Amino acid sequence: MSKPSTLNADNISVKFGGLVAVDDVSFDIPAGGVISLIGPNGAGKTTFFNVLTGLYKPTSGTVTFDGNDITAKPPHKIAQAGVARTFQNIRLFGLMTAEENVMVAMHSHLKSGVLSTILGTRKQRAEEAESKKIARELLEFVGIGGTADKFARNLSYGDQRRLEVARALALQPKVLLLDEPTAGMNPQESKVFVDFVYRVRDEKNLGILLIEHDMSVVMKVSERITVLDRGQKIAEGTPAEIKSDKRVIEAYLGKSAESGK
Amino acid sequence: MAKKLKLSLPRIRKGKTAKKAVTGFDQAKWIRGFSIAAISIWVFYSFVIDLLPYEVASIFQKWMPATTVNEALVWVICALGLNIVVGYAGLLDLGFVAFWAIGGYVAGWLMSDFFQQVSIHVGSTAPAEQRGIHISFWGVLIIGGLVAAVFGVIIGAPTLRLKSDYLALVTLGFGEIIPQIFYNGENIGGFNLTNGSKGIAPVDNIGLFGKTLGPFDLDWKYLIFVSLTALMVFISLRIRSGRLGRAWLAIREDELAASMMGVPLMRSKLAAYAIGAVSGGVGGVAFATHVNGVFADRFSFSISIILLAMVVLGGMGNVWGVIVGALTIAWVNATGLPAIGDTVNSLLGTKINFPSYNFLLFGGILIFMMLYKREGMLPESRLKELMHETDDETSNTGKHV
Repeated sequence: MSKPSTLNADNISVKFGGLVAVDDVSFDIPAGGVISLIGPNGAGKTTFFNVLTGLYKPTSGTVTFDGNDITAKPPHKIAQAGVARTFQNIRLFGLMTAEENVMVAMHSHLKSGVLSTILGTRKQRAEEAESKKIARELLEFVGIGGTADKFARNLSYGDQRRLEVARALALQPKVLLLDEPTAGMNPQESKVFVDFVYRVRDEKNLGILLIEHDMSVVMKVSERITVLDRGQKIAEGTPAEIKSDKRVIEAYLGKSAESGK
Repeated sequence: MAKKLKLSLPRIRKGKTAKKAVTGFDQAKWIRGFSIAAISIWVFYSFVIDLLPYEVASIFQKWMPATTVNEALVWVICALGLNIVVGYAGLLDLGFVAFWAIGGYVAGWLMSDFFQQVSIHVGSTAPAEQRGIHISFWGVLIIGGLVAAVFGVIIGAPTLRLKSDYLALVTLGFGEIIPQIFYNGENIGGFNLTNGSKGIAPVDNIGLFGKTLGPFDLDWKYLIFVSLTALMVFISLRIRSGRLGRAWLAIREDELAASMMGVPLMRSKLAAYAIGAVSGGVGGVAFATHVNGVFADRFSFSISIILLAMVVLGGMGNVWGVIVGALTIAWVNATGLPAIGDTVNSLLGTKINFPSYNFLLFGGILIFMMLYKREGMLPESRLKELMHETDDETSNTGKHV
């Protein structure tokens, strides 16, 4: 937690034709912290996410990671650099086993080429065995160790969410982006998930960016919260500051802040 | 009792398929099985068939001549290459014949007296005074594979950015262009590159342990072809179980997610194209020695479609399925239909031209398969899972874990 920040987005704007999805947003993710991105539906959260991971190129602005400009880099380069993500609507490799899913994400860390794979050299076999071991450990870590040989599509919803995290962790990222990870979870599961996020942050020592609708989760885990509304950043601060921010309440938290807390 | 057994069957299968996908196919086992099958066929056609009474032997000559076996193996080699592209990486390729043709012409150029301007001999069986380029069959196999791979990359680089349907259309275009170039290449700026529709023939004999294998040494050529097939199977299985194979599967499953997990899409797809093309090129060289020449009109669009039908019919993504599919269709094409036609015609006294109905038959079979057995004859375990998803959900609702 010594480093000030790993992933910086400066003045990002994304336009789709006439629609401004993200409007001049700047944003930092510090190493080893949990940051949340919230905002009403259509605020541009996922679009912003997609810019960070290289899926969309911003109309203007730059993304730097560890001091390197990654704005124009293709997604796999950004992933290899250490930015991993999960998806709002789970995107696992359904017809691959849980273990294989995790091993795919190790692709960039493995070195064996086509020829050594065909020949089955000792080095290649050792590497495969090692990556299998790491994959099993990661599955163990996220709490689904018993599912290694099951096809991802046959896992329960909660296990699929966990597998997505395990797969992202296999990239050995410095920053982990979680896109609505508790979507579809009940309050009990969400609670378990909060503890899980802490564990990931502490044991893997990485920065986490969370997009989340569940305010109880957001307020609990976040060190800082950024609020987007209609593509613009309208507030940024600690959970306590955000809770009392007039513009945020207006735009988004209004009802739940009055009735809930 | 019987009912109970049936009920428990799918569950056992499910556990097994997932496990098999992880461990891969048992290597020692398949090599043993493959060798036994291959050698028994060789023993049969080299020795046993001569000992059989004439009537029995002629039945074999009619229904399964040795030349059909060899030709079917060439189809298998090419279909295995297409399987890497279509079955493994999930890229629809409708122009695979291009690689077959390239392999064929490499053999034509490097194993014949076609280029009278030069006289190059490298380990060839051709007499030294013969002009032209004469390189040993084994060298040409490697060169043919490599040249096809290079063309795979050249064709792939601009096209692989396209998504499924568009990619299919562009590959279709290339599959047409390349044979057309060969067909019309007798005067490229005054240079006769391909000898046009006349083709290049004959090609040199194959040298093997000091032996010289002419066009009629079918049993020895069979051994060569079957070894090449085994090699392609081996390569397919090995790559599939490794890092690149996993990347292909991931791309087939979800391209976007794969790239987000650090899998370089272009490179992985190009690798699939190039490795698949190697198979096509090797098949092309083998085919040239099989028919003792290369002829441009042989490389028609229908070959791409037949290859695709072999892969789909046999079971996309599973080498054993592809082999079964390729052998079946190649046999039907070369021998099955004419032989059945002869039999039916002589029995009924009709004059139906059975071979001309081959596409009607293929079309019918494909429609039947798509309706009732979409995953092919010997499907990949993973796809079986997917294709029967709807059955599963209706038959044991709630039990789905």
